[in-house]
Amino acid sequence: MAASDTVKKTMSLEVFRYRPDEEDEPTFQTYEVPYKEDWVVLDALNYVKDTMDGTLSFRWSCRMGVCGSCGMMVNGEPKLTCSAFLRDYYPDPIRVEPLTYFPVIRDLVINMDDFMNKLTEVQAWLQPKEEKPVSEGEYRQTPAELAKYKQYTMCINCMLCYSACPVYGRHPEFTGPAAIALAQRYNLDSRDGAADERAEVIFKHEGIWGCTFVGDCSRVCPKHVDPAGAIQQAKVTATQDWYKSLLMPKRK
Amino acid sequence: MAKSNEPIWWSMFSAGGVMSAFFLPVLIVITAIAVPAGWISTEGLRELVQNPVTRIFLFVVIALSLFHWAHRFKYAAEDLGLKQLGRFLDVLCYGSAIILTIIAAAVLVTL
Amino acid sequence: MANEQPTIAGKDYVRAVPNTWWLQRKTYVTFMVRELTCVFVGAYALFLLVLVSKAGDAAAFDALLNSPVLITLQIIALPMVLFHSITWINLTPKVMVVFRGEDKVSPALIAGVNYVAWAAISVIIYGIASCQG
Repeated sequence: MAASDTVKKTMSLEVFRYRPDEEDEPTFQTYEVPYKEDWVVLDALNYVKDTMDGTLSFRWSCRMGVCGSCGMMVNGEPKLTCSAFLRDYYPDPIRVEPLTYFPVIRDLVINMDDFMNKLTEVQAWLQPKEEKPVSEGEYRQTPAELAKYKQYTMCINCMLCYSACPVYGRHPEFTGPAAIALAQRYNLDSRDGAADERAEVIFKHEGIWGCTFVGDCSRVCPKHVDPAGAIQQAKVTATQDWYKSLLMPKRK
Repeated sequence: MAKSNEPIWWSMFSAGGVMSAFFLPVLIVITAIAVPAGWISTEGLRELVQNPVTRIFLFVVIALSLFHWAHRFKYAAEDLGLKQLGRFLDVLCYGSAIILTIIAAAVLVTL
Repeated sequence: MANEQPTIAGKDYVRAVPNTWWLQRKTYVTFMVRELTCVFVGAYALFLLVLVSKAGDAAAFDALLNSPVLITLQIIALPMVLFHSITWINLTPKVMVVFRGEDKVSPALIAGVNYVAWAAISVIIYGIASCQG
């Protein structure tokens, strides 16, 4: 047996705790977890919950980077904990906190009502230009038409971009990266006919115009959606529309 | 109308961003390096500035650069915590840009 | 159907965002520096305005261009304005998305074209100033 087998490697997790029924202020609790080369932060959190402290609360689901549930701050960076490998931090301690810029319900669980409301506000669903019955066949689209919005379909609503966005942090009324990227996903979809309605929402001051193109949203996005790009393109569209309605008011 | 009128400021900020990005570096090289080093004479530059085409070009660069500054500075000031100034910041930034643009027009027309 | 149940006694913990937020991440610091380059852009535009207003007075014009203080300030402004140019051109592909059929034109190409244009414009402007001077 190799000598290293008898010495179990461990790592420190410094975890944000907040128990509203017991305290008014959050604290940090440190757990020593086993270090396994193939473990992610989510594995370590589940180890804590299963064997050390069943009171620790956090969200997770698919554990493979597609559901968007397990977003948390890992050493100050918004990450999907199912995709943050312990080996990238070992042997230093890892600080785990709830996604920043969101209110904390308990421990690592944030209140995401605001984001859910915004998805409804921007009407993040397809509204076909012309409704047709199933008997008339599919809504057809060319590959070129698909290419225009495909990148924005990749959003898994993980909200890491909101935790990266200082505008959202300082002005929570800001519609935010994911909601605007999702609005664009439908606006740019050739089958959709609700761009004008969405414009009433996202072309407001707290819509696209709150964005100062910090760009951190796109940097942290695990699906490479590039919400920052989506917002800047929306600004161009909004500006073109604005000048058109100024110079040709009778149009539309 | 819910839609913001931000496009007027943003389009000028963008145009100014392009003008300043493309033209300012070489202009600074001319005024801060080439002229002091003697590679370009001040007299020659002065004559060039009198030229009507140069005047229009400089007006556009100066005016748009000022609007670029105004819009960006307004947001930066808010980000740094000066949001309490609110509307006053708008007036200060865009107002200065407008006034200085008028002055620039006057200067360049009467040369 | 939204979960409308209030959280415990409305005690969601809200973490404050201080005015020093931009010092908390490297990307934020870079962003703030980029934004503040506008001060140097505005300042140089102002300098140009003053310079041009003295075009009828050879002595004053000369004095402005040879002032050690103004030269020093411009030398400080130059790298800041260059940082503006570089960050601006690098972000252009995000604002200007071009599709050729199914394929998105490479962002590197769009930025590259802008860099070439920037170089060409600079050479031309310098050439014009040089010929006159």
